[in-house]
Amino acid sequence: MKPGTKLKSAACTTEVMVIKGSGFTVDCGGSPMSDTAPETPTELDGQFSAGTQVGKRYVNSDGSVELLCVKAGKGSLSIAGVALQIKDSKPLPSSD
Amino acid sequence: MNISLILQMAADAEPDREALVCNGRRWTYGELWQAAQGAAHNISRSGCQFVAFLDESSEATPMALFGAALAGVPYVPLNYRLADEDLAALLKRIAPAYAIGDVSRIQRINADGGHTCLTRAEFVAAAESVKQAFDAVESEEADVAAQIFTSGTTSAPKAALLKHANLLSYILGTVEFGSAAPEEAGLVCVPPYHIAGIAAMLSSIYSLRKILLLPAFDPDAWLALASEERASNAFVVPTMLTRIIARLDEGVKADLSSLQAIAYGGGPMPVVVIERAMQLFPNCGFTNAYGLTETSSTIALLGPEDHRVAFSSQEPAVRARLGSVGRPLPTIELEIRDEEGHCLPAGERGEIYVRGEQVSGEYRERSALDADGWFPTRDAGWLDEEGFLFLAGRADDVIVRGGENISPGEIEDVLLTHPAIADAAAVAAPSTEWGEAVGIAISIKPDCAAPSESELKSLIKDRLRSSRVPERIAVLDELPYNEMGKLLRREIRKLFSE
Repeated sequence: MKPGTKLKSAACTTEVMVIKGSGFTVDCGGSPMSDTAPETPTELDGQFSAGTQVGKRYVNSDGSVELLCVKAGKGSLSIAGVALQIKDSKPLPSSD
Repeated sequence: MNISLILQMAADAEPDREALVCNGRRWTYGELWQAAQGAAHNISRSGCQFVAFLDESSEATPMALFGAALAGVPYVPLNYRLADEDLAALLKRIAPAYAIGDVSRIQRINADGGHTCLTRAEFVAAAESVKQAFDAVESEEADVAAQIFTSGTTSAPKAALLKHANLLSYILGTVEFGSAAPEEAGLVCVPPYHIAGIAAMLSSIYSLRKILLLPAFDPDAWLALASEERASNAFVVPTMLTRIIARLDEGVKADLSSLQAIAYGGGPMPVVVIERAMQLFPNCGFTNAYGLTETSSTIALLGPEDHRVAFSSQEPAVRARLGSVGRPLPTIELEIRDEEGHCLPAGERGEIYVRGEQVSGEYRERSALDADGWFPTRDAGWLDEEGFLFLAGRADDVIVRGGENISPGEIEDVLLTHPAIADAAAVAAPSTEWGEAVGIAISIKPDCAAPSESELKSLIKDRLRSSRVPERIAVLDELPYNEMGKLLRREIRKLFSE
């Protein structure tokens, strides 16, 4: 896995693109994400069902992993059971 | 990574929302995305190494930009104002290209280039007729999204390479996805071969802000489009704003009540022009953006609040910030360095260096980055105590008079306060006594008399110091500019070199 890799949720419609990080497994809705979604979705884990928002960037606590949500879904993202957080970004005025 | 993601996300989220208005026609995000995929099929099938775009902006611009990105082929917008000989040299460097636009000209000046040529109408019709999905080509070899030829004012044009990763990093770092309200519409009138033209496509689409595309700038057409389509945002270069203001001052009527934000950049904005603009549009937020082709557009900006604070301040240091380009983006690093490469403190003038993921600094021929990834911009500037960046011309534009570095901008700002002076430029003029001395070229407003040499000299001496007083003065009908409003200083230097 490397920046640019796209991953799909097994439990919902979420899709992410890797911005930063390698050698990790990210879960969505409690199940591992991969480059293809299974035909029958896995069950959504209630602990990881807050949902994802398109266009938001998600990071782990030390900032070594950053993912861009390119399609929203009902599951939420985690690595080794720890939920990823939305990256804070200060809105900038449009310059072009 | 692939910049086509920007349009794909917009089309996924809001397929039926209006994305583009051009020449009275309209496209949704879904329609643009489908056409971009169609264009990618056609580009792939052609086997071409580059996508050349030789045309004014139109619906073909985003279709070609994103189609090329999907197909993994560099997009090369070309300046249609170049002379045949210069354009032919560029076409040879990108042969064989999938070439869109002025087909007859391409065939006339580079007939043996092996290009696949399509007029705008042919390209758009072919792209829209293929109704098939296309998966983005992702590979190490396909990492260049755009190749932009620099204007080549001192040597042959360099081919600046912008990777997908550079452009995406710029967009993700500066634009919030889908942040534009449905009624927002941005008027885009910069030519497609300029980095600002590409950045405008990417950031407008990622924010879901409708693009009002004006193919060729004209102040009356700009005012009419802004008023008819109720533009909320606009980007202009300083000469465009000057011409728009002149038309309003001449009494041209336009309803600009929808206008909330004007961004400007591409060259230095005279303080008198921005002050007049702020009086004319009191409810509009102004943003000054500074960036280069090699940095994927903006690296520093002076936002609306900065403008208001500076405009209303009596404090000279704060007031002066209206003439700055604001603070560096939080996503990049910026340093001012002296000629030996040492970092300079606030207040000292040197060369601007930048580093960050959006900074490419690479040319087809070589990389300009140093060992630590810093890009020397060749722009001169300084930071004030609060970190506001002031530009002081190109590093090569400095006038070195007897060992003293003089920035042309400070002299020009003073000259422009004279009521009869329409435009002014200061350059180095050869001097036997000082090595270089100050030479100025001015143009005079209509119905005004040119100020005398002694009046000009005492104006500079009183406001600045004696070392800034011009030794050579030329009064011209008009100062020489290129089509993007960049002053051609070398032309003025020539006046004094003889």
